Amino acid sequence: MDLVTPGFGLVFWTGLTFIFLLLILKKFAWKPILGAVSEREESIKNALKSAEEARAEMQNLQSDNERILKEARAERDLLLKEAREMKANVIDSAKTEAQTQAASIIRQAQATIESEKQAAVADFKNQVAQLSIEIAEKVVKSELSEKDKQFKMVKSLLQDVTLK
Amino acid sequence: MFVFSENVCRFAQILNKAFFRESMGVKALKIKLLAVVMLCSFSGFGSEDSTDKKQEEFNPKEMIMHHVKDAYGFHLWDWNGHSIALPLPILLWVDGEMITFMSSEFHHDSNGEVIVERNGHRFVNFHEKVYQLDSEATALAFNEDNYPINASKPLDISITKNVFMMWVSVLVLLFLFITTARKYKQSPDNVPTGIAGFMEPLILFVRDEIGVPMIGEHKYKRYMPYLLTIFFFIWINNIFGLIPIVNGANLSGNIAFTFTLATFTFIITTFSGNKNYWKHIFWMPGVPVPMKIFLAPIEVIGMLVKPISLMIRLFANITAGHIIILALMSLIFVFKTIAVAPVSVLFALFIAVIEIIVTAIQAYIFTVLSALYFGMATEEEHH
Repeated sequence: MDLVTPGFGLVFWTGLTFIFLLLILKKFAWKPILGAVSEREESIKNALKSAEEARAEMQNLQSDNERILKEARAERDLLLKEAREMKANVIDSAKTEAQTQAASIIRQAQATIESEKQAAVADFKNQVAQLSIEIAEKVVKSELSEKDKQFKMVKSLLQDVTLK
Repeated sequence: MFVFSENVCRFAQILNKAFFRESMGVKALKIKLLAVVMLCSFSGFGSEDSTDKKQEEFNPKEMIMHHVKDAYGFHLWDWNGHSIALPLPILLWVDGEMITFMSSEFHHDSNGEVIVERNGHRFVNFHEKVYQLDSEATALAFNEDNYPINASKPLDISITKNVFMMWVSVLVLLFLFITTARKYKQSPDNVPTGIAGFMEPLILFVRDEIGVPMIGEHKYKRYMPYLLTIFFFIWINNIFGLIPIVNGANLSGNIAFTFTLATFTFIITTFSGNKNYWKHIFWMPGVPVPMKIFLAPIEVIGMLVKPISLMIRLFANITAGHIIILALMSLIFVFKTIAVAPVSVLFALFIAVIEIIVTAIQAYIFTVLSALYFGMATEEEHH
């Protein structure tokens, strides 16, 4: 019968004990334990998150690197191409330059040669004329050493000249 | 509605039991039906005994009740006809004054024969209850129901066996969990080391399997200290009740203990009830007005039945477990032959192993249902 009747004494002590147990455990056990556990969970979560971020960043870096490498390669190719073109240009222009230069040099040379030749020819002509004059002088001198010949000569010359 | 009908059903059972108390075994749940049968038959044996042979005849009902109920002293064992017991203080509040004496003053008498006189008041111990004899009475007198007629029960707040074991359990709990808490302080990264490694999964179990799912992510934190304390308090006292050397101080199988804890759950539920909770009790939304009026008293009863079911469940499960083990052991003395012993011991061992599981299950159920009630009280309206 009194098995199912709550006794006041035990109710009183259970209530009192339980309240004290609850308060003490709450302050000295549950708060620190649950706090530590949630703190740790938080730190694990954060660590995982930052690892994820680091991985993403690394991936970014990797793709960045790849992109930079690709760009560098393209740039190098471009530079090489440009250099090649420039080389070709330089060679081309040098060639034409040389050709024109050579042509003008040749032309000048030809002109010089021509003028030299003409000068030489003129000179030669002068000298030939001089020589011919000298020869003629000598021939004339020798021819005109006799009087009758001089007369003959004058006579023929005078014959050619028509008086006005 | 399911919960409600379950509660009504339970309430009917409670009423039923309240009116037909003589057979205690009925309290046991389905699995413990065996005990009911045995206990009833034992009661039969007891009452058939002739009064003069009562001293020699073994009375299983008396023995079992003696072991299941609370006591003033801590009786350890008998030695050469003397009881070896740890005396505990008896505290009585009589006429505005506190009367204290040790339980050893009764000289292990619980039949109301030894009279202890203090401050002009005379006390006897009858069936582990202190009675104060009326002023002219010299000895305890009984009516035909073996109930004292010339004595009254004073206000009794004695440190009984159960109170003593409760305090031992409190010391153990404080030691366990304060040590655990200190382990976290010692380690820089809050790594559970030593005892904390054992305790943390249990604490997290209460948090993640009881607190969070029953109450909800946002509100569970407020209730965690209560849930954790009640879980471990019930569990450790269930376990202590199974240890034979402490003579099975059956604290968690005592209705006063379960009553107090259920009352705490009831008070917390009632005080954390929000508008939505009270609306569901007094003016059930979503049903026609006559139904609302019809449901309100039922819901009010349901409000009370919830903690009552908590109280009965824990008490009945633990007490029934003790009764079964004791009943199995009594078989040896009832049949007066040692041949029954192997069977008794084997069955008792089997039940004891089940009881070890039950210690945890009942602590879990009490906590989970408390959390469920808190969750219902704080649930927000969602339509």
